[in-house]
Amino acid sequence: MTADNASQRTVRINIKRQASPDASPRWEAFDVPCSPGDGTNITSVLEYIAAHPRTVDGVDTTPVTYDAACLEEVCGSCTMVINGHVRQGCSQLVDRLLEEAPEITIEPMSKFPVVRDLAVNRERLFKDFQRIQGWVPIDGSYALGPGPKESPENQDVRYRLSRCMACGCCLEACPQYTFDNDFVGAAVISQVRYFNRHETGSRLEDERLEEMMKPGGVNHCGQAQNCVKVCPKEIPLTESIAEVGRATTRNAFRRIFIK
Amino acid sequence: MSRNESRIAIVGGGLAGLAAAMRIAEAGKQVDLFSLVPVRRSHSVCAQGGINAANEVARQQGYSEWLHMDETLYGGDFLAHQPPVCEMTAWAPKVIDLMDRMGVPFNRTPEGHRDLRLFGGSLYKRTHFAGASTGQQLLYALDEQVRRHASEGRVNHYEHWEFLWPVIDDDGVCRGLVAQDLRTMQIRAFRADAVVMATGGCGTIFGKSTNSTICNGAAAARAYQAGVWLGNPEFIQVHPTAIPGQDKFRLMSESARGEGGRVWVPRKEGDTRDPRNIPEDERWYFLEEKYPAYGNLVPRDIATREIFWVCQQGKGIGGERMVYLDITHLPDATKKKLYAILEIYEKFTGDDPRETPMKIFPAVHYTMGGLYTRYEPRDDNQGMVQNAPGNMMTNVPGLYAFGEVNYQYHGATRLGANALLNCIFDGIFCGPSVVSYVDNLERGAADQPQSLFDDTVKQEEVKVKELFDAQGDENPYLLHKEVGDWMTDYGTVIREENDLKKTIDRLQEWKQRFKRVKLVDTGDWSNTNMTYARALGDMIRYAEAILLGALERRESRGSHYRLDYPERDDDKFLKTTIARYNAAEDSTELEYEEIRMGLVEPRQRTYGKVEAADSKDDAQERSGAEAAKT
Ligand SMILES: Cc1cc2nc3c(=O)[nH]c(=O)nc-3n(C[C@H](O)[C@H](O)[C@H](O)COP(=O)(O)OP(=O)(O)OC[C@H]3O[C@@H](n4cnc5c(N)ncnc54)[C@H](O)[C@@H]3O)c2cc1C
Ligand code: SF4
Ligand code: SF4
Ligand code: FES
Repeated sequence: MTADNASQRTVRINIKRQASPDASPRWEAFDVPCSPGDGTNITSVLEYIAAHPRTVDGVDTTPVTYDAACLEEVCGSCTMVINGHVRQGCSQLVDRLLEEAPEITIEPMSKFPVVRDLAVNRERLFKDFQRIQGWVPIDGSYALGPGPKESPENQDVRYRLSRCMACGCCLEACPQYTFDNDFVGAAVISQVRYFNRHETGSRLEDERLEEMMKPGGVNHCGQAQNCVKVCPKEIPLTESIAEVGRATTRNAFRRIFIK
Repeated sequence: MSRNESRIAIVGGGLAGLAAAMRIAEAGKQVDLFSLVPVRRSHSVCAQGGINAANEVARQQGYSEWLHMDETLYGGDFLAHQPPVCEMTAWAPKVIDLMDRMGVPFNRTPEGHRDLRLFGGSLYKRTHFAGASTGQQLLYALDEQVRRHASEGRVNHYEHWEFLWPVIDDDGVCRGLVAQDLRTMQIRAFRADAVVMATGGCGTIFGKSTNSTICNGAAAARAYQAGVWLGNPEFIQVHPTAIPGQDKFRLMSESARGEGGRVWVPRKEGDTRDPRNIPEDERWYFLEEKYPAYGNLVPRDIATREIFWVCQQGKGIGGERMVYLDITHLPDATKKKLYAILEIYEKFTGDDPRETPMKIFPAVHYTMGGLYTRYEPRDDNQGMVQNAPGNMMTNVPGLYAFGEVNYQYHGATRLGANALLNCIFDGIFCGPSVVSYVDNLERGAADQPQSLFDDTVKQEEVKVKELFDAQGDENPYLLHKEVGDWMTDYGTVIREENDLKKTIDRLQEWKQRFKRVKLVDTGDWSNTNMTYARALGDMIRYAEAILLGALERRESRGSHYRLDYPERDDDKFLKTTIARYNAAEDSTELEYEEIRMGLVEPRQRTYGKVEAADSKDDAQERSGAEAAKT
């Protein structure tokens, strides 16, 4: 952050902190210098605070713990609730956030257990990817020639789905995704569609759909469509939920008739 | 050793680590996989451009695996060992096929074949891609296969764990590692019959780079301090066009220039006018002026150096380290074509590049050097002996290095879209080498005394305690910033004897100041203050190898440009730099080793000599220019 700039201002940042999973949360406020138009984003604000960990009351504190890696909104690490909206800290510019409110507030996501401060434990999401057998069942990694041919149209659908970075925004926004149930949420439903749309991937289609018909599967979705509004990668989640929903119904009928 | 008892530890879950985990688990071995972040969030996710391989169409136009190898060697200014490059390019088509079978959504032709991209003016289309996020799709596909093995119990994920030190016995053989749980802060040892380091590059030694924050090189630096050599540490690739940000440099793809983008600065030094109000004749299009033939499309080395130079002389925008990359004059159709990359610029700067020129600057991008590895060459040099235990093993038996963290394949600079290939290739070709090594071990990690592991844990606990106890006056974040600024100023684009010496002197001070680091957090739960500071100490050691390597290499080659020695000097320096850590002195020692050639005679690389280039060289130069692309 360039010092002694004429147009420099300080921005008030309020952060909800929590020392450990069982500790009770508390708020701390920091004043962070930055100039309009200098591209300061939330992760650089957090870096500044790490180097200058003193609150507005002059109390020395610790650097804020948060997850981050790519800093270009592609790894999904730095999801947090900023000014009440769930999003990535690395792609949020202070200038833009100040158009929403005069001060900036940052909180951890509420749908996952807090590890510390803004870092949360998203293992549930990774476990659910495993639950739906989110992979293409290949015959091992020896050279066996190319994969199946694919139409550009199908590739286009799959490509859009494949950009899900497991950030968790859709789960944070979903009214059905709670601590006390095992709903998989929109991201995982969308992955069911992703794998079922691949020729080899679809060998596990029945297993995936069966999982989707269990408690916590696609029927748990209340169609509130909050998820699609907050997805930073513009994944067509509503379409995915509809497609997987239809497929499970079809599968259920088929099973009745086969029996 | 009995086959099913052996355990292999892999440090790193980027493309290299995951490809290795998949292959080794498939061979029936037990894998422990360590990563600072969930593996799906590894730095490989950032790669956009694509992955190279000879393919049927290009082949019918005259391209081949051999030409791919030749381009790689030429691009790397002949500093790479030739047999491994030959093997890698020969495997490239199989790598693509494999990733295709795993369901990577590669772009398709209307008929449904994999589409190909022309990269950086190469004569042949040989770059496979999945939209604008190839690395992400490749990483996910491998993560999925590894999770499949995990669901069958063959892989244990240790995510949010940090590798601290290899466990090496009295005979110098690696027997496992010590790592720390980044939540509970528990430090513990893991027995392993072999350890694979796949920890990626070291960009953040230079402060801000195009790399992820976790690419700090600390893991490699620890292996180095534990006795693994470094190969060619001085070779660091700088990308000419990145978007300077407060927290990182984000890559601005070269396609902006490819489509007609122009680089300029105001003619008047320190001009602070809005660029849109600066008339044409008051703009200095310095690339076009100095290189009329190539203009804005000069090879990467030149573009990087010229931009750096202009700014060093205070002629950057407003006197700062930035120049304009201007696409505002391009037709709307072209701007549309550039949509994906213009979006990135807008998202992270808040400015619309369609309306106002982009501000860009070169940034550290890729680590060619790294952990020193060996291999078993075939008798005819045309590749490596399959399954030979020695492939990509470091000088420490049982300790391997795969992916960006090793020093092979790219020589003095890397061609675009060759890194992803190198990572997956290492995993699938050299993974089986690790398996043969452990199968031939007489005594494994399980036979080692507990004290060996306890001692290494103790050593790491003491280091943490010393950090907590130091309570000095040095702020680790500000010290890192200083290290990064110096390394960038004197250790990247333009290097010179005095600057390097000055920086090495300064580095000795950093070592002292590091001992006085003050931690404001001495807690034992998810303490990022401590882990950040600890890594800095290791990065300083790695930095010393970079600087010393650069000082002693008194020539210019690939990414290493010495103002005082601007020519390549094959007689003296067609050699690998080997850096060894002297633990007693806390210093770096260098020596040089012959490079195995045998396939292609080194020829002059015409990079930078636009006037002299005849048409044949032009073609070669352009394919070399791909290095800039990703
Ligand atoms: C912006 C950008 C774009 C690129 N585009 C391309 C492209 O288009 N084509 C191309 O070929 N190449 C490209 N590259 C280069 C390529 O992405 C990298 O070289 C490659 O992804 C490196 O993969 P890796 O597996 O070696 O390491 P990484 O993907 O960096 O993974 C390193 C792993 O090691 C782990 N790790 C590190 N330290 C520790 C520790 N101490 N303890 C435990 N775990 C640790 C990390 O958690 C991570 O899992 C690009 C690079 C950048 C920066
Ligand atoms: S549609 Fe609503 S209920 Fe269903 S996943 Fe999305 S947010 Fe949740
Ligand atoms: S679907 Fe979108 S919001 Fe949900 S995890 Fe994936 S990228 Fe994030
Ligand atoms: S740090 Fe990767 S998404 Fe923000």
